[in-house]
Amino acid sequence: MVELLVGVFLLFMIIGALIALETTDLLSAVISMGAVGAALSICFLLVGAPDIAITQMVVEVLSLVILIRATIRRDLTTIEGDRDFFGLMATLAMICGLLIFGFSAFLRLPPFGSPAMSQSFQAPARQYLNCGLKETGAANIVAAVILDYRGYDTLGEATVLFTSILGALAILRVYSRKKKQ
Amino acid sequence: MIYAMCFLLFLIGLYGATCKKNIVKIILGLVIMEYAVNLFLILLGWRTNGQAPIMSQQTDLPAFTATAVDPIPQALVLTSIVIGLGILSLMVAIAIRLYERYGTFDITEMRRLKG
Repeated sequence: MVELLVGVFLLFMIIGALIALETTDLLSAVISMGAVGAALSICFLLVGAPDIAITQMVVEVLSLVILIRATIRRDLTTIEGDRDFFGLMATLAMICGLLIFGFSAFLRLPPFGSPAMSQSFQAPARQYLNCGLKETGAANIVAAVILDYRGYDTLGEATVLFTSILGALAILRVYSRKKKQ
Repeated sequence: MIYAMCFLLFLIGLYGATCKKNIVKIILGLVIMEYAVNLFLILLGWRTNGQAPIMSQQTDLPAFTATAVDPIPQALVLTSIVIGLGILSLMVAIAIRLYERYGTFDITEMRRLKG
């Protein structure tokens, strides 16, 4: 049941992504990207990841605002066509090769619905699920992992986020350049 | 089957990032790739008839351990989604600056970029 529903939403996402890439109007491309992100959030909700679904929704809204800021009132003349023919064909051939490789690789993965942690008794995920409440006091095991067991990861994430925002601000500022002229 | 569709979504993003001329379309392709990878990692942790890894007052611990989905991919993907927002804002800032410099989003017209 879950597999079917996720499949339907994945099909919706694939169609939305194709529309976003192939439409000539930039604003409708950005908006169909928003539809893809919303479907992704519903997929997360279906496979038992409510934290991720909430985060994805918030991030989707923010990234839509950023992308619309980039596209609105700019470049309303549409850009037609792809890159040169030979390069396009070479890239498509590479992508087809990658597709075949991927399909053969997915046959070796554990099937959908039985993750690696359900086959191994030494898996760290089992440890977290068993002792998470006792060791950290958090009822939400995902919160226990990101804020306690792997807290340094979250610190690194905050650093990366801060650096990227700093970079964006440094690129976008006009103040110091005007003073120099 | 689900994994294969995820991979197809990734390849659509790859096509957008490599074959498009418009810089906004390239950014959208990269974002699609990121979505596909995040979804794939979450799907790897799904258990049939699983439940979200959140306890309540009535939760029975052995049954919870036997049915909850894998929490580690969820925690790492949470990090990855937020970092994706940072990457997106950086890319959009560069795109806006390029537009102000060259007056177009078309990467084939930005002559100075040719190496």
